[in-house]
Amino acid sequence: MAERRKRGIHFSKLYSFSCIRSSFEDDHSQIGQRGYSRIAYCNDPDNPEAVQLRYRGNYVSTTKYTAVNFIPKSLFEQFRRVANFYFLVVACVSFSPLAPYTAVSVLAPLMVVIGATMAKEAVEDWRRRKQDIEANNRKVEVYGRNHTFYETRWKNLRVGDIVKVHKDDYFPADLLLLSSSYEDGICYVETMNLDGETNLKLKHSLEVTSHLRDDKSFNDFMAVIKCEDPNENLYSFVGTLYYDGKQYPLSIQQILLRDSKLKNTEFIYGAVVFTGHDTKVMQNATDPPSKRSKIERRMDKIIYILFSTLILVSFIGSFFFGIETKNDISHGRYRRWYLRPDHATIFYDAKKAPLAAFFHFLTALMLYGYLIPISLYVSIEIVKVLQSVFINHDQDMYYEETDRPAHARTSNLNEELGQVDTILSDKTGTLTCNSMEFVKSSIAGTAYGRGVTEVELALASRERDGQTDDMPSDVLGQSRDVGGSESSIKGFNFRDERIENGQWVNEPQSDIIQKFFRVLAICHTAIPDSDKESGEISYEAESPDEAAFVIAARELGFEFYGRTQTSIYLHELDYKTGKKVDRVYELLHVLEFSSSRKRMSVIVRSPENQLLLLCKGADSVMFEKLAKGERMFEAQTKDHINKYAEAGLRTLVIAYRELSEDEYKKWEEEFLKAKTSVSIDRDALVDAAADKIERDLILLGATAVEDKLQKGVPECINKLSQAGIKIWVLTGDKMETAVNIGYACSLLRQDMKQIIITLDSPDIIALENKGIKRQFPRYNSKASMESIGKQLREGISQIHSAKESSSSAQKCSIAFGLIIDGKSLEFSLKKTYEKTFFELATNCASVICCRSTPKQKARVTRLVKLETGKTTLSIGDGANDVGMLQEADIGVGISGVEGMQAVMASDFAIAQFRFLERLLLVHGHWCYRRISMMICYFFYKNITFGFTLFWYEAYTSFSGQPAYNDWYMSFYNVFFTSLPVIALGVFDQDVSARLCLKYPVLYLEGVDNILFSWPRIFGWMVNGVISSIIVFFFTTNSMINQAFRKDGKVVDFEVLGVTMYTCVVWAVNCQMALAINYFTWIQHFFIWGSIAFWYIFLVIYGSISPTVSTTAYKVLVEACAPSVLYWLVTFLVVICTLLPYFSYRAFQTRFHPMYHDLIQQKRLEGSHTNNSGELPLRVRGKLRHLRERLNNRAP
Amino acid sequence: MLVSIIFIPIGVASLYASRDVVEIIDRYETDCLPENSRSNKDQKVQYIQGPGNKTCSRTIRVPKHMKKPIYVYYQLDNFYQNHRRYVKSRSDEQLRKNSSASDVDACKPEDNGVNGLPIVPCGLIAWSLFNDTYTFSRNSQKLVVNKKGISWKSDREHKFGKDVYPKNFQNGTLRGGKLLDSSIPLSEQEDLIVWMRTAALPTFRKLYGKIEEDLQPNDVIQVILENNYNTYSFSGKKKLVLSTTSWLGGKNDFLGIAYLTVGGLCFFLAVAFTVVYLVKPRQLGDPSYLSWNRNPGGH
Repeated sequence: MAERRKRGIHFSKLYSFSCIRSSFEDDHSQIGQRGYSRIAYCNDPDNPEAVQLRYRGNYVSTTKYTAVNFIPKSLFEQFRRVANFYFLVVACVSFSPLAPYTAVSVLAPLMVVIGATMAKEAVEDWRRRKQDIEANNRKVEVYGRNHTFYETRWKNLRVGDIVKVHKDDYFPADLLLLSSSYEDGICYVETMNLDGETNLKLKHSLEVTSHLRDDKSFNDFMAVIKCEDPNENLYSFVGTLYYDGKQYPLSIQQILLRDSKLKNTEFIYGAVVFTGHDTKVMQNATDPPSKRSKIERRMDKIIYILFSTLILVSFIGSFFFGIETKNDISHGRYRRWYLRPDHATIFYDAKKAPLAAFFHFLTALMLYGYLIPISLYVSIEIVKVLQSVFINHDQDMYYEETDRPAHARTSNLNEELGQVDTILSDKTGTLTCNSMEFVKSSIAGTAYGRGVTEVELALASRERDGQTDDMPSDVLGQSRDVGGSESSIKGFNFRDERIENGQWVNEPQSDIIQKFFRVLAICHTAIPDSDKESGEISYEAESPDEAAFVIAARELGFEFYGRTQTSIYLHELDYKTGKKVDRVYELLHVLEFSSSRKRMSVIVRSPENQLLLLCKGADSVMFEKLAKGERMFEAQTKDHINKYAEAGLRTLVIAYRELSEDEYKKWEEEFLKAKTSVSIDRDALVDAAADKIERDLILLGATAVEDKLQKGVPECINKLSQAGIKIWVLTGDKMETAVNIGYACSLLRQDMKQIIITLDSPDIIALENKGIKRQFPRYNSKASMESIGKQLREGISQIHSAKESSSSAQKCSIAFGLIIDGKSLEFSLKKTYEKTFFELATNCASVICCRSTPKQKARVTRLVKLETGKTTLSIGDGANDVGMLQEADIGVGISGVEGMQAVMASDFAIAQFRFLERLLLVHGHWCYRRISMMICYFFYKNITFGFTLFWYEAYTSFSGQPAYNDWYMSFYNVFFTSLPVIALGVFDQDVSARLCLKYPVLYLEGVDNILFSWPRIFGWMVNGVISSIIVFFFTTNSMINQAFRKDGKVVDFEVLGVTMYTCVVWAVNCQMALAINYFTWIQHFFIWGSIAFWYIFLVIYGSISPTVSTTAYKVLVEACAPSVLYWLVTFLVVICTLLPYFSYRAFQTRFHPMYHDLIQQKRLEGSHTNNSGELPLRVRGKLRHLRERLNNRAP
Repeated sequence: MLVSIIFIPIGVASLYASRDVVEIIDRYETDCLPENSRSNKDQKVQYIQGPGNKTCSRTIRVPKHMKKPIYVYYQLDNFYQNHRRYVKSRSDEQLRKNSSASDVDACKPEDNGVNGLPIVPCGLIAWSLFNDTYTFSRNSQKLVVNKKGISWKSDREHKFGKDVYPKNFQNGTLRGGKLLDSSIPLSEQEDLIVWMRTAALPTFRKLYGKIEEDLQPNDVIQVILENNYNTYSFSGKKKLVLSTTSWLGGKNDFLGIAYLTVGGLCFFLAVAFTVVYLVKPRQLGDPSYLSWNRNPGGH
């Protein structure tokens, strides 16, 4: 019993404990003050004082709307779109006699648009609601008034309730751990949903409460917790427990966070501290924002411009109208007597010309409303949905193993995928599979392990690329398959026939090999968990590395199968007899791993009663500790370690030492003294004590563990960076791990210069240790700030100097990698250093932020988004990435193993990181192209149409008479021009998917927003105006006055209208045909079908009774069709409207080709000459140019 | 290039067709005023609105052989038949059916006559019907002007009823234009039908009639016209037009010229492009830079 207790204390010796102690004086003194006012009455939630506090219940809602506010709120959202609002106003006004056309024709499309979008919103929100309901209704056991635990729903929990949580259940709220099924009040927690880490974390209760281990003991338990207010910091907690008249400090070690899971512990008792939205995880969740793509935002601007045009045009119109109207009566005489100005209604009253002009202004606003494409929103909506269907059904983004296709959860952002400038990526589970694999080892100076790592492959492929120009990706893929994926045991990929299957006994240094694996099997803190049915043993370890070691040891004959507080049980293969024997090691001490010590040791007594110190640690510290005489294979091992590190592996040095009883006794005394001391520098004393025993070690070898990357990650990152996309990695991992991964996925390269910003530098630690913090808390944070500032400035100056030197030497620019840790990030993100930090970060090729909290991730994302103003994409898989996903312009969730939170918060979900390449380079590129083309074209066609109306107005003394029949106008956007645009938006592709992937440079078009730049937009607009001028003036000049047929009939209002309209329909559709790059029969069908439909429509509409068709009655059949002039004018006008764009494009493709032009050309030429391997020389030149530009973009 | 090959012949053909048409235009609105009323607008308006004989005689010389049929047009200028108020001021229902005679909502202020009964045909368009008349004679021999078939067939048959007769027309205080014979159904009042088909632009021609006889060069045609219609208050011109037609219609060079210009332009551009391209091709790149996937650093 006593032993066990001791062991418990041992476990609780974690670094944060010391933090609490040292910070107790300053932080805890603030309790009760502002920001630290929360009070929880444990086991007494009905206490009148507790009721008075009115803390929120445990009900959680993540929905955007409620049933009540859905209609008004979503309508409001809808009418935030300027165009929608405009059309609403127009629809209202169009019921008045002011309208130049019928009200229905405006109202109907608007209703459809709004209805469709609202339905979409409703469905999305309903899904969220269902999740909430599920979470709120989960069951938990609560201690009730009748002194028993009873089941209740999560949402009924109140602050102060005592709950009992069983193994593998989620915690319903933030709890204070009171006690657990273990005597010492420890429990294991999996925080995957919070930080994405799958390893178990240890929590422990205060000693005073750890005895409350059965239901009855809560009968008279009463305590009060005073603590900080709800906040989003997952890694800190400040509070005090008032129990039995005494105060006890509380730290994050006693807090069990909502959405984490109880593991390896039968049950725990906890007191509810934060409920519902006050919990840390909910505080971390930022509200799901309605995301809108850049293009859409710019589209709004264009619509503003169009509005200004509209108002200007209307104003000009009404100004002249006013003058004309006023002149109708002068000196009592009627000018245009045929209009009866003496009997005019208010709208034409010459006596009140300004008023008439004002009314006319309103009419004109409606009339020229055709400048603003109402169907644009619907069409884009439709196109995006269809595009997402394409994305969802892409076979190349389907992941067979988990049966998951890609999934576009919101279709708003498709085109944004084509413009991504910075990718912010989570590491665990996103870049890596979140499993460590033991791949290599160096024992006694001999390297074992034949596995090939990702990095080695990447290096190899890079070398190969240097020799041949063509893509070796297929070859690469094959070699990968051979190299990696056959491993059947998770965490173990060690292939070496010399070691496997007990063969190691035949190796010359077999005794060392035995010791080596023994260390692996003993020196850890993992817990075995045997499956009762199969007898297989799995391990729960604090870090995946450890699990990998234990698994490796097991696979090679040293099976660790049991642990008590004092002993470790192994099945061991004896190298002399070759038989399996059970061995029990008595565990004496564990010298824990800490980031400053960078090593871990255990002291055990072997069955032979031998005292052993087994140690593993980072090479930087371990080699110093080796015994003088025992350095036989130090050189080889070092050499191997360097090789492993280059290969992106995590290495640890394994060593041991035999202790004599005397030495151990002496040391233990000292060590225990240090441990029980209560001075502030206890940790330092303990470390020093540990240091004393960890010396004169005997080197055994080194291990190399691969943090296994997902398939295709380095290639994908490589491609993406070729496409000019910057990649940042934001991870909760340790710095070393993050850096290793950086290397593994070719984010960092050996030739890069690293800038590391950290607060773990010796002087800061020294400051902390000296206790200055206690006396001058302000001073300490100031010192940290200063240190960060200094490091940032140094980094920048480094880059500048490097740049200067490189600019003289041109080519050999040194790339920089920035690595920053969480604490420094906290300071860097403060106002004062934000700019500096950002400047530094943007100048670095890769940025890695380690130890970052979800909130920090989100803040970094926001910083990048705001400062660059470019599109950011974040990708992640765990609940800890949710904030980041929501903050970024696009959130991509990996629908992997780690639950669905990330996917639910994301805009796109893919199964594997490598699909990102296709998602961005192919779909993103296409969607961006399509949408931007589509929008430009939309404006073009509406401007063409709208301006013909305006020109005509000018000839009707701006009276507001439209040139066309009402129904021609209403159908313009619906039937005659809309389908081809939609077809363009769905099917058009400049180059095929294969070429998109082959030439990532193409992607730059999107990043630089070339296709939707202002010049291009205005180009299209001007083109529209030119087209309208051509249509109107060519038509009128060639048709008006003289007879237009053999029988002497002249052109009247109806005929002119039809002719102009025909020209517009032809021009607009042919323009589309010119703009399309990729024809399918669907496009042909829509384009020519639209034109044909116009004629069919005319015939049908013209043949129904003249009461309905009015001016359109038989106009085509009787009047236009027999006239040769009509057809000739159409032909002339159409060709003329096409000429400006056509010659511009001809000129551009010949003399200033864009990237896709080059590639199209190449494809054409390639197919002609069957010599696709060689690029035409011209294309080469251009590509070189591009390459240079790309390099210039880089810092 | 292709465009120019197609365009130039079309241009030539249409220009040729247009040149083939003989057109005689006689502007008369000022000449038909008495000398003493020509000086200012007020006098002109006073004259035209005043009582008295407004007959005027004009002489036209035929420059070239004109083949029948020769179309007679009147051309008005600065007359906004396309004004929104004007265009809307009609009742299609009323024109079509006798039973809808009282359907005059859109016709204000020419909806009901002084007696409160609906005007048929109502509205500003009908009210302002053009009322100048022309009679032609060659060598003091009368040339017959055929006024049948000058309107669209569909209009006669479907838009203007056979059983609809003018009622209460032009009996208000202010007289607009022509009076209609109340014994003839609207479907046969072709002048009205032509007039009611509103023009697209403020300058327009409308068909007056057809002369079904060939005219020889240097024939002198005497036109006796009644100058009744008031264009003086809005300074509009009035013209009498005699014209033959070709397969393309009347005389207008614009189309032909436009075709030729565009065709020529295309030809020029095509040649220019080719020349520039041949003379100064783009710089060749150094092929060694082609290996753009060698260096993975796009950073």
